[in-house]
Amino acid sequence: MLAVLIAHAIATLLAPLLVKRWGRQAFYPLSLVPLASLSWVAMNWPDSQSDDHRIQINWVPGLSMNIDLRFDTLAAIMSALVLAIGALVLFYCVDYFHHHDGHTEKRLPSFAAELVAFSGAMFGLVVSDNMLVLYLFWELTTVLSFLLVGHYAERATSRRAATQALLVTTAGGLAMLVGIVILGQYGGSYLLSDLVAHPPSGAAVSVAIVLILIGALSKSAIVPMHFWLPGAMAAPTPVSAYLHAAAMVKAGVYLIARLTPGFADTPGWRPIIVVLGLTTMLLAGWRAVREYDLKLILAFGTVSQLGLITVLVGSGGGDLMLAGLTMLCAHAMFKAALFMVVGVIDHSTGTRDIRRLAWLGKRAPALFVIAAAATASMAALPPFLGFVAKETDFEALLHSQSLGAAAPYVLGAVVVGSVFTTIYSLRFLWGAFARKGLPRPSTRVADLHRPSATFLTAPAILAAAGLAFGIAPSRLDDVLDDYAESVPGGSDYHLALWHGLGLPLLLSALVLAVGTVIFFARDRLPRALSDKEVGYLPLGNADRFYDATLRSLDFVAFKLTGATQRGSIPATQSVILATLVLVPVGALSLGAHDRPRFELWESPLQPIVGLLIVAGAVGAVILRNRLAAVLMVGLTGYGCGVIFAFHGAPDLALTQFLVETLTLVIFVLVLRTLPAEADAGAMRRFRLPRAVLAVAVGATVTVLATVAMAARTGRPIADLLPDAAYYRGHGANTVNVLLVDIRAWDTLGEISVLLVAATGVASLVFRHQRFGSAPRVPTTTPAAGQPDFGPIMAPSPQTAYSPAVGDTTWLRGSEYRDPRNRSLVLEVATRLIFPLIMVLSAYFFFTGHNTPGGGFAGGLTAGLALVLRYLAGGRYELGETLPLDAGKILGVGLGLSACTAVASLFLGAPVLSSAVVHFDIPLLGPMKFVTALFFDLGVYLIVVGLVLDVLRSLGARLDEEIIANAQPVRSGTGPR
Amino acid sequence: MTTYLVPLVLIGALTSCGVYLLLQRNLTRMLLGLLLIGNALNLLILTVGGASGNPPVRGRASAGATTTADPLAQGMILTAIVITMGIAAFVLALTYRSYRLTTAEEVDNDPEDARVSKLSDKDDVAADEDDTAEDLHEVFPDTDAPDELDALPGHEGSR
Repeated sequence: MLAVLIAHAIATLLAPLLVKRWGRQAFYPLSLVPLASLSWVAMNWPDSQSDDHRIQINWVPGLSMNIDLRFDTLAAIMSALVLAIGALVLFYCVDYFHHHDGHTEKRLPSFAAELVAFSGAMFGLVVSDNMLVLYLFWELTTVLSFLLVGHYAERATSRRAATQALLVTTAGGLAMLVGIVILGQYGGSYLLSDLVAHPPSGAAVSVAIVLILIGALSKSAIVPMHFWLPGAMAAPTPVSAYLHAAAMVKAGVYLIARLTPGFADTPGWRPIIVVLGLTTMLLAGWRAVREYDLKLILAFGTVSQLGLITVLVGSGGGDLMLAGLTMLCAHAMFKAALFMVVGVIDHSTGTRDIRRLAWLGKRAPALFVIAAAATASMAALPPFLGFVAKETDFEALLHSQSLGAAAPYVLGAVVVGSVFTTIYSLRFLWGAFARKGLPRPSTRVADLHRPSATFLTAPAILAAAGLAFGIAPSRLDDVLDDYAESVPGGSDYHLALWHGLGLPLLLSALVLAVGTVIFFARDRLPRALSDKEVGYLPLGNADRFYDATLRSLDFVAFKLTGATQRGSIPATQSVILATLVLVPVGALSLGAHDRPRFELWESPLQPIVGLLIVAGAVGAVILRNRLAAVLMVGLTGYGCGVIFAFHGAPDLALTQFLVETLTLVIFVLVLRTLPAEADAGAMRRFRLPRAVLAVAVGATVTVLATVAMAARTGRPIADLLPDAAYYRGHGANTVNVLLVDIRAWDTLGEISVLLVAATGVASLVFRHQRFGSAPRVPTTTPAAGQPDFGPIMAPSPQTAYSPAVGDTTWLRGSEYRDPRNRSLVLEVATRLIFPLIMVLSAYFFFTGHNTPGGGFAGGLTAGLALVLRYLAGGRYELGETLPLDAGKILGVGLGLSACTAVASLFLGAPVLSSAVVHFDIPLLGPMKFVTALFFDLGVYLIVVGLVLDVLRSLGARLDEEIIANAQPVRSGTGPR
Repeated sequence: MTTYLVPLVLIGALTSCGVYLLLQRNLTRMLLGLLLIGNALNLLILTVGGASGNPPVRGRASAGATTTADPLAQGMILTAIVITMGIAAFVLALTYRSYRLTTAEEVDNDPEDARVSKLSDKDDVAADEDDTAEDLHEVFPDTDAPDELDALPGHEGSR
């Protein structure tokens, strides 16, 4: 079985290549794949229930989703149909896609792949024993059907039909998935064979069964989900012949047939199947006799027949199952053949409209013979298989135990439905081939180009098979009986052409006679019957209902989007923040909560610092000058740092001070390009509502914090952390161990965010290429023995005086700056302080595991040192300080941290765990080394890289842009 | 556990100022609001984490403290502080680029959203929707003309 699936998968992959290379001829080798699979099926035909082929491969055991394949009689019957017709359809495609001008359709390669894949998916569907795997193949066929129906994607009707088929069958499929899960959970197994052998019961199981039925009925186009099938006739005819006559629509019937032995007596099963099936048969039959398009006659005929087959296989009882399966086989043969005939007519004459066809039988006699044979089977004429099937239907319905008292009514409905079948069979044959009283062939028929012999081969084989099985149905009987026997009640009926005179034969004759009379007397019938109003009432509505549903969904989505997404950021934020206020406060006011124990302050320092912070925050709100507002926010940040320090959080205080300083620098770098003051008008707009919302949010957060604190009763996990950090993380500084070991995943995520932010900054400033390092001083190699005059010769057009310009070079890069922007004190101080800061940075980094510090603090300190060099010496000095690509530093940093994470996996430890290494160094004595240091080094590099990237973009690059912008106006206005 | 009022008021005041700034359309002021909210939330986490105490470093003690401050809250805040800096840098770069392109620093209404909401405000939107089926043919010329293959019938036959 796996071999068949794999062969189809490989063929699917190869199909586009083959079609590209050989054109439509590639369908010949492709048709060999289902053919060879068919021979596998024939050789491995299961003789009885006992020797089914089974394959079990573990896939997702946690979800009970394993590849359980089972090849029993029913699977064998279905796969024989699917593969045989698949091979014939592929064979038929060669001539169908023949065009007069010899061109190959653009989408033909993918079409071929989809068709082959469909054959494989269908095979997988019928051999899956695991319902979840079955569902997978089920939806695979849905998607492939969408692609195949939408083959002529440039046509609006094709796209609509494909979408409709997809939506209807997927909606049913989703209902089915829910049913499968419920059934699997209640039944204790996801295997169909287990469930059917030991069916669970109960209300939940009934619901599950109804849900599964919804899926099956939508797939098999049963009312009220039938309308997609006629629409799907927009597909190329081979697709209609394969998917919509022989294979996909039979998937629903297959599932019903599979479940009937176990679940036919579940409440709801029989009424749903019988009522909907019969309604479908009658409604679709009624529509079929009124169509003018040959393909639509067949499509509605298919819907009608599917209704009948569903009733037969779903009602329970061995004889009915035998009748249903016989009907299924007969239908697959004659309907696929008839679709192919329509394809030939369409191809030869360019039309499928019966009003444009006359005398076709005379012009294409071979085609007519094939069509007549297939139609005879459809109309249940002896000695064709359709007749055998119909006889069995009547006989089984007549004596059905499972239908009980309803049996005569069901039989009556089936007889009426069969009359329709006779009428539309005649209509099809007459419409396509008759002379229709015209003196000569219609234009289309007169211009006919003759179909080749190979074009007619596939439908001829199918029509002949219908005849052969009709004359000698005993072999088919053996096969189908195997499964029918397994249905409770068993089957004692046997297929045969002649059962002697009896009620079934009488009914068959009656159906034929009445149908023929009505067809030929159709002109004398009251016109009202065929009035459009009446005809459109039941079925047209289903399609319109679909349209209305889709439109109202669109409408609701549109209204909702329009109502919630007004496009204004403040408005959107107001909605979010108002929710933040209303929902938690509403919940709090309803529920019980603990009474908090209030005290004024923890230490007298708090109110003093607090006042400063509040003053800063209010100042930031009031001040229009941007720089002033930024400084005010900075004040709140430093104030927070002080609070951290006194709270007992030295790491936080250190980081907060460093970050606050860096943020200030970044702000200043950008603010120099913006106007000094914000627009006063914009600031004043909607002042009151904003203030109200702001105060409400602030109050909410305060209240929530109070309640949350009052609710804390348990022992916090924090009590355990110091010991865990010391004994297992080998560090005395709990916060640092937390960052690089205990919660290292979090840190890994954070540094990834930093990397993204740095890249974002650089990409926004450098629009074309974010790589590279800051500009460097040009390297002029001085001749030996001569003093280095480089900087003095530098391109500095201004000769303005600055005390920084002199013989002593404190910072190399600053020689390239405008002297007016240079400061001797700053340069000298930088030269002296820079190494000290770097030592401090290294100290923070290396001792961070045991004392306040760590990768973040160390990296930020190094970043501040870079800032100092840049501010004192300008952009060339930055390049001289760290002549590396910031992107590479970031990449190495993240790579290092990630490698540490992975490396611990190789050593058999969980991801990101650290170990300690002891070693001796001469002179220094024994050393202890924790591997988390590598992770922290990654953090350090990322922070340095971020600062460097920011300086390079918002600093150095902006310098250049500002100079470039200022040049035309007044030369020489440098940045600072 | 004991609730101290001063930090709570501080958190409330910082949040309010932050939200007030965030509700403006000016990018730098929105960023400042975000930073204020960030500071407020850091204080919130710290305060909710527990009372002050010894730093969570083995062998170090604050004067007069008997308990240890919550290291978990500190770890989370530390992460938040550094990320806030990264976001500030990014938003500033965004501000710069936006200002260079439009010489305006205000965030305008999103034109696509505005169009949708304007359309959905119309009362006769239902009528518009009904027309789309016919409009479709004008906007996208339908290629349903009978082809050599699969000549599609007119409207009379389908479904």
